[in-house]
Amino acid sequence: MPNTNDILLSVEGLTTRFFTDEGTSYAVEDVSFAIPRGRTLALVGESGCGKTVTALSILRLIPDPPGRIVAGAVRLGSTDLLRLPEADMRRVRGNRISMVFQEPMTSLNPVFTIGDQIIEAVMLHKKAGRDEATREAVAMLRKVGIPDPEARVREYPHQMSGGMRQRVMIAMALVCGPELVIADEPTTALDVTIQAQILDLLRSLQADIGMSILLITHDLGVVAEIARHVCVMYAGRIVEEADVQELFDNPLHPYTVGLFRSRPSLEHRGPLAAIPGTVPSPLAIPPGCPFHPRCPLSDGAKCAAQRPPLEARSAGHTAACWYASRVAEMRTRGEPLYK
Amino acid sequence: MTAPEAGPKLDDVLLQVSDLKTHFPVRRGLLGRTVGHVKAVDGISFTLRRGRTLGLVGESGCGKTTAGRTILRLIPATSGTVAFEGRNVFDLPPAQLRQLRRHMQIIFQDPYGSLNPRMTVGGIIGEPLRVHHVVRGRELEDRVAQLLEHVGLSPAYRNRYPHEFSGGQRQRIGIARALALDPRFIVCDEPVSALDVSIQAQILNLLEGLQGELGLTYLFIAHDLAVVSHISDDVAVMYLGRIVEQAPAGRLYANPLHPYTKCLMSAIPRGSPRQAKSRIVPRGEVPSALNPPSGCPFHPRCPWALERCPGEVPRLLPASDDPGHLVSCHLYH
Repeated sequence: MPNTNDILLSVEGLTTRFFTDEGTSYAVEDVSFAIPRGRTLALVGESGCGKTVTALSILRLIPDPPGRIVAGAVRLGSTDLLRLPEADMRRVRGNRISMVFQEPMTSLNPVFTIGDQIIEAVMLHKKAGRDEATREAVAMLRKVGIPDPEARVREYPHQMSGGMRQRVMIAMALVCGPELVIADEPTTALDVTIQAQILDLLRSLQADIGMSILLITHDLGVVAEIARHVCVMYAGRIVEEADVQELFDNPLHPYTVGLFRSRPSLEHRGPLAAIPGTVPSPLAIPPGCPFHPRCPLSDGAKCAAQRPPLEARSAGHTAACWYASRVAEMRTRGEPLYK
Repeated sequence: MTAPEAGPKLDDVLLQVSDLKTHFPVRRGLLGRTVGHVKAVDGISFTLRRGRTLGLVGESGCGKTTAGRTILRLIPATSGTVAFEGRNVFDLPPAQLRQLRRHMQIIFQDPYGSLNPRMTVGGIIGEPLRVHHVVRGRELEDRVAQLLEHVGLSPAYRNRYPHEFSGGQRQRIGIARALALDPRFIVCDEPVSALDVSIQAQILNLLEGLQGELGLTYLFIAHDLAVVSHISDDVAVMYLGRIVEQAPAGRLYANPLHPYTKCLMSAIPRGSPRQAKSRIVPRGEVPSALNPPSGCPFHPRCPWALERCPGEVPRLLPASDDPGHLVSCHLYH
């Protein structure tokens, strides 16, 4: 673990809830993690697990009402973003933290050229003049691999392919030199060959510029490609956290094991070990361990009544499961957890 | 599949697609003159044996979905034939086509858009039975209950509406509807790509189980090579409206021949961070199907393009050392 001076962002006990007519939605509960400078941390989980709400909470973009960050701290360097006045927060967004969204088509404004959209960001955030901002926009587009950027700045989003639009989004996110880029499913909408190009681009930009990345994804393959450290989320909580290699070699939470075993692979055929049941609604999270109704190791008693704490199992590896040691034993014996 | 050494017996063949083309006219201007054609499907051929699964894989715009829908006659074909149990689907008069439709069904990608929100689950699953006058009344009710159980849902759900269900459950409803008329052939068009990973595995297992139980034949269309090779006996890789390579799933994975398949394979994210991976990234992006490159459609992006590639269209032919492995590339022929 790097020393604390190297930590860029630390999230502590973040809890975000939505107070709706149908009841309280426990979207994010007691989530903590830290991202060192220049590194990539991935939040992995399926739809509704709270990974996107975590990202929006960091940027304080939760619509209020119905949503509210009810507890926790988000420290960027020494500043607690949750205590910052809105005017100061606005300077953090885009300047120090920026975001790349999943859908490049809907996150770019269709009636402005891509040049205008990047130039506007530079003029606004860096207080630059138009000529200088244009030069920076062109330089940034070249950096993200857009051919002939002098001409492409005058194009509209619809004139570009999905992969090119995602490159534009990344250029926009990076043009003001942020310390942290939050990438929310940045390659999910793209074809696999284009996805590979975008992941290569993010990696090389990070080596070059040194920004930290918070990667939000459902795809463990993307995690293997780009992340250093991984938090697995389920039903609003982190259920396991480890370095990427450790998590792939030695997953300790039955949910993480299930996610790995559900992935079809080119190497193995035969039936997949599917996790039974469905992801719970954040409006009705099961008591005890939220995973117990779907878990092959659930004892039906302790698991259904008491929520397991997120405990360290080895250096830098935590898991929230009463039977994590049994998961490890079963792996050693070669016994499958899922039928 | 079309392996000459194990030539399938004629009665084994369920579906025979020959030189199928689907071109869409592009009209411009006040008079709507046709200025060109998008060659979405541009001459594909394959044979599908009973009880087997052919995977059709490719990136967006390669024509895989159009191919599936043209085969079902949901989109008119430009030329070519589709023979289902020996009868050309495109020649059938309406009454016979209706009969045939019972045996050819489709499962859609989007479990949200493909179910009528105003109908109950029982109504949705029972509709094909009513339309084709198969059963009615009490019998219909029993059949719907049986179908729901078959796909792993409680028969008690028949009075509920689609919005009450999760994506995975909706996909099960879509599968129950497709099964209602006891079809022999189902086109599965990206049936799991809108689902979460843990639910994907459930649906893939369900489709495999139903195939074994009911002897179904699948055309499985998807962009995810891992999903396709998991469920398919044979895999055909499409690029710009053509099949560029076709082989039994295991052999395609072990020994991809076409440069595009190699690129596609190497672009799949690693199974583990330790796994070393040398990546072959194709240059640029997929060209428009309105104006495809001359010769081999992949030549502008191909890392190994030869001098003859821009001029000559390669044919889909067996590889020299493996007659069951078809590839359309000048490097091999």
